[in-house]
Amino acid sequence: MTRASLKIRGLTFRYPGRPDPVLDGLDIDIAPGERVALLGPNGSGKTTLVHHLNGLLETQSGSISVGDLPVEPRHYAEIRRLVGLVFQDPDDQLFMQTVYDDVAFGPANLGLRGDHRARVVHDALASVHATNLADRTPHHLSGGEKRRAAIATVLAMDPHVLVLDEPTSGLDPLGRRELAELLAGLAQTQIVVSHDLAFALETCPRSVIVDQGRIVADGATHELLANPELLSRHRLELPFGYPAPTGAPQPRSSRHSAQRPDSAV
Amino acid sequence: MSGGPHRGRELYVVGTSPVHRLAASAKLVGLVVFTSAVALTPRHAVGAFVVDGVVLAGVIGCARLPLRLVLARLTVIAPFVVAAMLLPFISEGGEQADVAGLSLSVDGSWAAWNIVIKAVLGATASIVLSATTSVPDLLAGLSQLKVPAVLVAIVSFMFRYLDVLIDELHRMRNAMVSRCHDPRWLWQVRPIASSAGALFVRSYERGERLHLAMLSRGYTGSMPLIAEQPTTRRGTMVAIGPGVIALAALITSVVWR
Repeated sequence: MTRASLKIRGLTFRYPGRPDPVLDGLDIDIAPGERVALLGPNGSGKTTLVHHLNGLLETQSGSISVGDLPVEPRHYAEIRRLVGLVFQDPDDQLFMQTVYDDVAFGPANLGLRGDHRARVVHDALASVHATNLADRTPHHLSGGEKRRAAIATVLAMDPHVLVLDEPTSGLDPLGRRELAELLAGLAQTQIVVSHDLAFALETCPRSVIVDQGRIVADGATHELLANPELLSRHRLELPFGYPAPTGAPQPRSSRHSAQRPDSAV
Repeated sequence: MSGGPHRGRELYVVGTSPVHRLAASAKLVGLVVFTSAVALTPRHAVGAFVVDGVVLAGVIGCARLPLRLVLARLTVIAPFVVAAMLLPFISEGGEQADVAGLSLSVDGSWAAWNIVIKAVLGATASIVLSATTSVPDLLAGLSQLKVPAVLVAIVSFMFRYLDVLIDELHRMRNAMVSRCHDPRWLWQVRPIASSAGALFVRSYERGERLHLAMLSRGYTGSMPLIAEQPTTRRGTMVAIGPGVIALAALITSVVWR
């Protein structure tokens, strides 16, 4: 089993010295294997929420559980293996000298050694089509290559939930398309944090809109994006010239279907 | 972001020579032994320096490093060499010698020779190491030699983020130049100082994000050793060979004096 459910109940968080809560009583349920977009304007609390999912920020009130495991300090080691976080800037995520060493960092922390670790690293790189990047220095990779390598570093820990923070930032259109295909091919439960609505529509059947720390909408992505008033009320906007979706898009379920761009309408 | 312009900074020269293939830890030990022997050699032992030079030339040949490349990199010690060259002229007292109408201090000349020859030999040996060993291998070698993990991690992060920092600096500079900033005089130093401050803050913030990324992947305070490079006894013997020869030359020169 490589997927887990995620349950958030009444999550509230205040940064010290600030009167207004950044997260204000969030409730979200995500089923195993579901792909959900977390949308919202800048400063809406998306990244704060993400940092709660694997215990980088300690829960002040409310609760989060991954599968049956509550996100609490005593479970952090296990939670960080189960919830793979892909950060917004790949340069923050790729800190070792070579891509291989970086992908091996997580498994090494989990205590894997020798051939077993080599196999895990190889599989993770292969699953993002980055086997050829193994010996490269992260600094010399393109934006798309960096993104794939960053995802591999997380996949090497065999996570059950994958959380991607602004995965399309810094990607060119081709890199964006490759990323969408890649995500569609992964079995894990996925949370894609973004304000790239077109990407959300392409990759996630369901979306949750967060604004000022509260959930303001939760439903099928194509329905939410077909509501321009809802979007503009929360400082969201489809790219210029992008038609508002009229029906449920063909979900990207395999690499094959993802290669036909017109199948998304 | 992809760092094309800085590729030239890469010191490692890709190759498969016998010197390239030696384990990094062995080469590090070899370098320390060789440079220590050179540094300890008395300045009058010209013969010993000749032996050191020949051995080093042999290693360069064995590593198939282009001489041009070694000489080009050797220019980093030019300031020291120039400073040393002044010694024969400014040294006071002692024996003086007339060379082409100039009065040179004999003692100063020996001091200059001492600095120049040791700087050249030591720097060349380091150049050979850096040109035949990649940074990841070098770091793994340091770990194997039981250098504290924290120090190795600091060096590793420095190498990884130096290019990222330089890119950020370039972007800031471009932003300044684009708004017609043309720093020439000391009183124009303010924007540079503030950009250095901004760079510091950005690096600090990046460090924090990096730490979060490490925690997210199970980091608990010690860097796992990933690159395991086998060291053979024979490889170690070969790598410290030049150092042992330099040591022998040193001892011979001292005993026979």
